[in-house]
Order: sequence, then C-alpha cells, then structure tokens
Amino acid sequence: MKFIKYLVVGILFGIVMAKSEAISWYRIQEMFRFQAFHMYGIIGTAVVLGIIGVALIKKFKLRDITGDPIRFYPKNKSVPRYLIGGIIFGLGWALTGACPGPMVVNIGYGFLSFGIVLIFATLGTYLYGVLRDKLPH
Amino acid sequence: MIDFLLNPWPWWFSGLIIAVVMFVLLFFGKSFGFSANLRTLCSIGGAGKKVKFFDFDWKKQIWNIVFLIGAVIGGYIAYAFLTHGNHPVEISESTVQDLQALGFSEPSSLQPAELFNWESALSLKGFLILAIGGLMVGFGARYAGGCTSGHAISGIADLQIPSFIAVIGFFIGGLIMTFGVFPLIFG
Repeated sequence: MKFIKYLVVGILFGIVMAKSEAISWYRIQEMFRFQAFHMYGIIGTAVVLGIIGVALIKKFKLRDITGDPIRFYPKNKSVPRYLIGGIIFGLGWALTGACPGPMVVNIGYGFLSFGIVLIFATLGTYLYGVLRDKLPH
Repeated sequence: MIDFLLNPWPWWFSGLIIAVVMFVLLFFGKSFGFSANLRTLCSIGGAGKKVKFFDFDWKKQIWNIVFLIGAVIGGYIAYAFLTHGNHPVEISESTVQDLQALGFSEPSSLQPAELFNWESALSLKGFLILAIGGLMVGFGARYAGGCTSGHAISGIADLQIPSFIAVIGFFIGGLIMTFGVFPLIFG
C-alpha cells in the first residue's frame, strides 16, 4: 500500500481546507472584496513558510524518501499563457467560490452540487487540451 | 483543545498545515498541484486516444488521485466529526451587506443556498453559473499551467516569475467577476 501515505496527506488537506472555511464561497467573495484578512492570512502564511522551506531545501540540498535530491523545475518563461489562463481561472474561481481542491472537499462536506462544478472543470481541462495548439502560450 | 478542533480553525494554523502538506509531498518526491488531477481524469477517461495532450502515462499520477480521494474524505471528516453542526461562516459585516445588495441572504452555512442547494443548482440560471464557472476554472488552470496550489503556493514558494504572473491573472479575473459581472447576473 505505497499510496496510503498520499491518502493520509489528502485527508489532512481536506480537513484543514474545510475547518479554516477556505472552501466557502463567502470567504472567496470576502477575499476578492478585500474585506477581511482571513484568506490572505492562510495563503500568506503558507507562502512565507514555503519560501523559507524551499530555500532551506536548496541550501542544504535535501533529499526525498527515495534518496533523490529534491528538485524544483523552473516553469517556461512566458506571459500570455499565465496571464490569460490566470484571468480565465480567476473568473471561474470568483463565480463558483472554489478552485479545484475545494471543489472536491465541498463534495465530501456534503455540498454535492459541487459535483456539477467538478464535472465541468474536467470538461474545461479537456477543452484546453483540444484547443491547445491554437492558443497563444 | 476540543473547542479548538470544533470551532473554525484560525488562518495561521491553516496556512501552516498547507505548507506542511506541500513539504511532505516534496519529501515524497512529488509536487503539490491539485488541478493536474483534472488532466489525469481526462486521460483515465480515454481522452488520450483523441487528443495528444492527454496521451501520457496517467499511472504515474495515481498518487495525486489518491490525494484527491483523501481530500474528499477529509471534507467528510470535518463535517461529520469536527463541527458543531452546519454553522454559518462568520464573514465580515461589509461582505454580508454587499452580498445582500446582490440578493444573497445572510450566511446560514459555509455555502449560499442561492447557488448550491439543488433547487438553485438545477434551475437553468443556477446550472449555467456552476457549469460555466467550473469550465473556466478547469480551462484556465490548465492554460495557466496550475491553480492555487501549483502557482500561488508551490510556485511562489520557489519564487517563480510565471507563478507571480498567474496569481496576478487570478486576481484580475476574480475582480472582474466580483465587481463587473456579479451586478449583471445577481440582484
């Protein structure tokens, strides 16, 4: 059962997203209206700790559990794909109040209509795959 | 302790655990990126036969699908064992008022009934909102090469310029939707 550890980490992720209300449509509205610190606090704390930790991993050349060095792959330099893709993502994020992680956490929480959002998000990804060669990257 | 667990968790604790999740995945030799699962789902569904983008060895992504299943279970555990019933989310008073002006009643749970109860979700307008919103999230995430976990958390933790650009895009889109489109479709 080499996958069981990912199940455990996923459960931890789901619990914390639900318990800190990051899966709430209201919290995402509050964020985009700049009316509370809550979501900025969550993302900001994760980012600050992330920056420190990644720097330490690189400085001490830490290895993963299989003994390989932990690597970070630089993303391709470009502007259009990140900006246009990001804007389209942001439009959907504000409308449904959920990015992909919270969609599935909401389903577990009992808000089953997020299944509609998840199915169409999967179709959206399929649509991207179909149109990929015609889009500016 | 029990009260701490049952009440909503503070932002700093949530941020800390999310960072822990990211680092644990790194130490497992993986990277934290949730929307990659949507591509994997397409591939498992056979999309690779028609579209090259989905023609990859999805078995290497099973770990992430297992993570996704864990996230669903985590949501259930939070609901079933870690709450005092379906408590309303305590958002700021100004957000409540702004949303009331758009026709949303005061929060009575984590999600607005006006969008997510079945009656709304299966009305024509409600269904289109969820469907188009979902479509944009899935399309945009893959076009941008990642979502909140891949760009806003993992990418910025590694100080990657593309991730900063993507997050700026997330906010441009979110602000256009909130202040430009919401007044047209709600209220």
